Amino acid sequence: MQAIGLAPIDWIIIVIYFGFVLGIGFYLRKFTTSHNDFFLAGRKNSSWVAGLAFLSANLGALELLGMTGNTFKYGMYVAHFYWIGAIPAMLFLGVYMMPFYYSSKINSVPGYLKLRFDEKTRVLNGIAFAIMTLLVSGINLYAMALVLHTFLGWNWDISMWASAITVAVYVSMSGLMSAIFTEIVQFFLIWFGLFLVSILGVIEFGSLGAIIARINEFSTQVSFTTLWSTSSDPMRNGMFVNWGGIVLGLGFVLSFGYWTTDFLVVQRAFSAKDLRAARMTPILASFFKMALPFIVILAGLIAIALSRDPNSGFKLLQDGGVTNYDSALPLLIARYYPAGLVGLGVTALLAGFMAGQAGNVSAFNTVWTYDIYKSVLNKNASDAHLLWMGRASTIVGVVLSLITAYWAKSFPSIMDYMQAIFSWVNAPLFATMLLGMFFWWITPNGAFWGLVSGMVSSFVMYLAVKFQWFSQSIITMSKVQSDMAANFWRAWWAWVICAVVTILVSFVTKKRAKEELVGLVKGLTQEKHDQHLPFIKRPEFYALISLAVLIALNILFW
Amino acid sequence: MSEPVMKPIWYFVGLILVIMGALIMLTGIYHIIYPPEVKKIMGDIHPDIWWGAIMTAFGLTMYLKTRKQSS
Repeated sequence: MQAIGLAPIDWIIIVIYFGFVLGIGFYLRKFTTSHNDFFLAGRKNSSWVAGLAFLSANLGALELLGMTGNTFKYGMYVAHFYWIGAIPAMLFLGVYMMPFYYSSKINSVPGYLKLRFDEKTRVLNGIAFAIMTLLVSGINLYAMALVLHTFLGWNWDISMWASAITVAVYVSMSGLMSAIFTEIVQFFLIWFGLFLVSILGVIEFGSLGAIIARINEFSTQVSFTTLWSTSSDPMRNGMFVNWGGIVLGLGFVLSFGYWTTDFLVVQRAFSAKDLRAARMTPILASFFKMALPFIVILAGLIAIALSRDPNSGFKLLQDGGVTNYDSALPLLIARYYPAGLVGLGVTALLAGFMAGQAGNVSAFNTVWTYDIYKSVLNKNASDAHLLWMGRASTIVGVVLSLITAYWAKSFPSIMDYMQAIFSWVNAPLFATMLLGMFFWWITPNGAFWGLVSGMVSSFVMYLAVKFQWFSQSIITMSKVQSDMAANFWRAWWAWVICAVVTILVSFVTKKRAKEELVGLVKGLTQEKHDQHLPFIKRPEFYALISLAVLIALNILFW
Repeated sequence: MSEPVMKPIWYFVGLILVIMGALIMLTGIYHIIYPPEVKKIMGDIHPDIWWGAIMTAFGLTMYLKTRKQSS
């Protein structure tokens, strides 16, 4: 493969970024004196800080390289990941779920499971989440090294270790505080560093309409430029999925499973200064989430349009005869950006990967320290000892991420494994959370065995399709073979199995007294939040605006 | 002895945008005086100059508004 190559000014910009994030880590260390500062950033952030960090923690390797590459592969259907596959869940978290999370003063999502159900459900989820987090963290690290190695020609091992050490240093110094600071810096660098690709692409073609027209010229049978109008027939859209898979699998289970239960993102809302700020966190983030397709999806569409024109000179890289879809965004940077801007574009990508990894590591150190170490291994640990454990587990987490990164290197497809991991852990957990928060009669044993059944069944379904024990069409209810459709439907079935087992076991096992569940379950809890505020200042008002924008975008690109 | 006061995150965002934006803009101006050997597709519209200027202005606004604030 070729390397893009960097001018001295590009190197200066990259070095400034690395120096800056390390400097922030050193600066914040003197403000990190308690375990509350380290794990929850002191619970003093505004909704803007928590909201941007909430979104940025999710802006890792997959969101930038992966989704642009996926747009090249699947077309505009990838925008569903940002719109129906995110916004309803984020609004639901802010409006309905956050009061239960925030008001119970827990340190983590498994901590809620302990209060609502019991210790064994908490530990089960804590272990599953810790493993998942390390796998995702390693994949971020791997993707970062892949960019440095493939496009800049850096040594693979050195680039991975340099990035890992940087993250380990600044997260171990001030925990969630420095993770949030760098996530917000990253948010601005991504917009300034990558949005220009879309602007220059539109200028080159003349208009967005011209880009869509160019793509449609060459794709008459399968649509790459619509969202819903071809979703009744899987053969007519680039993702080979029907609307049922999008709505039930992605829009409901995978989306709600990730955005409402994944501690990586929810942890940022826990750092808010009060309940209103915590509720506003995902609602504010939803507006920026809806805007992201104008970076990644639009860049992917520009790459498709360019690749259809033999005179453009644009062609994705080939890796051993296989098209490397992830090369779309870096190649667009190389095409449009002069020296200086290339450094900014590369820095934006690196910032995204590092913040994604830091987010995973800070979530891992919290769940490990509170939900596994303090819960099982050392119940009487002091605050000072927990702070030390948080720092030590950050280093261990980064080392384990390095191991999973080397493991990820041997995988043929990162996206496939990422979605598989989410469907194993998050999809069933969402059923447990939803039932537990809204129905008081769900029992601890029902939750535990439901969660076990959901996770095991999802894993077995994955193995069964992978090793062809049975046909994928049994899961997807479609004759068309599509990995993405299989991911959506597997998540749906894991959710259904978890919900059914939870309900059935709850019928025959001992329920907890209602008095013990006050503050944890809807119907047993005081729910008049922000009633003293005028309607236009309440989170519900902003959630309605966000919903209206979501509907408008879907109609616009129908 | 007084407690240390933490600068808000917006201060740091402003600072890095000013530094990077100014460097990119100055590089663009340098390339007008000394044109590079390889011209980029949209090089004629000098995106480095106007984009660098936008970054600098945005960052400077954030920096100046927050330099005396605490978190």
